[in-house]
Amino acid sequence: MSLSVHLPALQVVLPLLSAPLAVLLRHGGFAFAIVTAGAWAAFAIAIGLWLQVGESGTISYHIGSWPPPWGIEYRVDRLASFVLLLVSGIAAIVLPYSRASIEREVPRDLHYLYYAMFGLCLTGLLGIVITGDAFNIFVFLEISSLSTYVLIAMGRDRRALAAAYRYLIMGSIGATFIVIGIGFLYLTTGTLNLVDMAERLRAVESSRPVLAALAFITVGVSLKLALFPLHQWLPNAYTYAPSAVTAFLAATATKVSVYVLIRFWYSVFGESLIFEKLPLPQILLLLSLAAMFVASFTAIFQDNLKRLFAYSSVGQIGYITLGMSFDSVNGLNAAILHLFNHGITKAAIFLLIGGMVLGLAKAGAVPPAPTFDRLAGLAKRMPLTCFGIVIAGLSLIGVPGTAGFVSKWYLILAALEKGQFWIVGAILLSSLLAIAYVWRFVEVAYFKPAPEGTTRQEAPLSMLIPAWILVIGTIWFGLDTSFTVGTATEAAQQLVKVGR
Amino acid sequence: MSSGGVVEHFSYIVTVFLMVAGLYVVMARGNLIKKLVGLSVFQTSVYLLYIAPGKLIGGTAPILAPQYTVYSNPLPHVLILTAIVVGVATLALGLAITVRIRETYGTIEEDEIIAADNAVQVAEDVRS
Repeated sequence: MSLSVHLPALQVVLPLLSAPLAVLLRHGGFAFAIVTAGAWAAFAIAIGLWLQVGESGTISYHIGSWPPPWGIEYRVDRLASFVLLLVSGIAAIVLPYSRASIEREVPRDLHYLYYAMFGLCLTGLLGIVITGDAFNIFVFLEISSLSTYVLIAMGRDRRALAAAYRYLIMGSIGATFIVIGIGFLYLTTGTLNLVDMAERLRAVESSRPVLAALAFITVGVSLKLALFPLHQWLPNAYTYAPSAVTAFLAATATKVSVYVLIRFWYSVFGESLIFEKLPLPQILLLLSLAAMFVASFTAIFQDNLKRLFAYSSVGQIGYITLGMSFDSVNGLNAAILHLFNHGITKAAIFLLIGGMVLGLAKAGAVPPAPTFDRLAGLAKRMPLTCFGIVIAGLSLIGVPGTAGFVSKWYLILAALEKGQFWIVGAILLSSLLAIAYVWRFVEVAYFKPAPEGTTRQEAPLSMLIPAWILVIGTIWFGLDTSFTVGTATEAAQQLVKVGR
Repeated sequence: MSSGGVVEHFSYIVTVFLMVAGLYVVMARGNLIKKLVGLSVFQTSVYLLYIAPGKLIGGTAPILAPQYTVYSNPLPHVLILTAIVVGVATLALGLAITVRIRETYGTIEEDEIIAADNAVQVAEDVRS
């Protein structure tokens, strides 16, 4: 069928179309319907692409039939199809949830703009993943970033504005660093197509502009993916953004940035430059360990549940980059797996917290911050919400039977393969820190007495069901790993083979 | 560097100066508007980084005609057109957020905003 040939373009175009339509309609309900339809279509297309890649290998789509390297190429390999699935899937789940969630968290006359921004953010993230053109990456990155700043600034707390401003400054510096890096690459190779660029880079000795490009791109992307210590923008942005936005960003935005880093390191610069000639793996290893310990440790002392899990995100990103630093198929496999598993786990947690703050609010009022003093005995009032957070929390810790265990297992395998037993110890130790912060929630919600006259009152079903789909997902992918591990291994093998 | 090198690399020297100056202003200034000005200078310097090497002195647009043999590369210009749009959008959004910050905080000085946030935090801690 001719339509299936154009799936890569439709993947980006459909959500992109939904955003301006939402603005034109100027109505919350219609905007919701059209952007949700766009996200679901994107999810269906992502499934189609995943199947196509499985059948016939890497897809190369030429925009406007201009062949690369002159035209823009959309390129879907195993890794891209996997990340596309994650991003569009999370969007398809978070959007139906948004309807009830933003009812109180975002002023009603801004609802249609919320959906429009969501559509644009989704477009940008999908575009970054699917494109095979270096400058395209920057443009899509800015589309997703600018809409993200707006989404964060929609939070009702005024600190959301300060957080959005700070993220705007940091994010723009990061994006500009990436353009500078791409500029150096373009000046050296004369091409913007990533595949072509990689071939030409391999042909020349690594000159100083190439190293400068690598440095700029690595630092720029590290800012976007909140690699410790460049994570300063993240905790406030996640804490004060509307709940649905936090869930979407935590699961996708930083993960897509990780994807960009993997893409540039493995597919463009090549492993021999990154891992043999430069001390990058050592630097990354140190920063990852610092993230795992410092951020997780900071998380323990937070009073706001959202901020606690925001710091936990910084720590969990440390595991992903730790996997990358091993320079092995197993390490990369673990990184890609954790990218996916942590994405669905964190989205589940933030979605449940969104339902929780809605339940904490007095009728018609703006939901309060989920600070621990308000959560005493909450399990009595919202048993399903609390139980969901506990399950997802177990996945953060890495308890067997949850998705988090699978990725940590492969991470430990990769460390053992390298013969670095102390890293195994570090992974286990930092998991103890995760137990500590998840326990803080369990203690307050389950063991503190509930206020007098507490009755059972769950979040609306339209919020509970999407959240629980993801909670069940964290268990599902912990028990049946054929999809996640199979895809991640294939992706890792493909990348490492290309890089050599 | 010899004086010939300075002339030869003039555009790069200007580019790097603007880049570093812009980045410095972003980091060193506490006023939200000044930060955005710095960010804008920083982003603009990148336009120069792309465009300057694309120009060959004496070169023309790539038109196939017998009398022209030296061409300038038009692609950087097209790329930077996009980057300019992105830069304008970033600046506009940054200014819009600054306006909202002025409305809610009553200030656009970073240290005063942080102090106000800390005061709220302390109040929350006391209550709990």
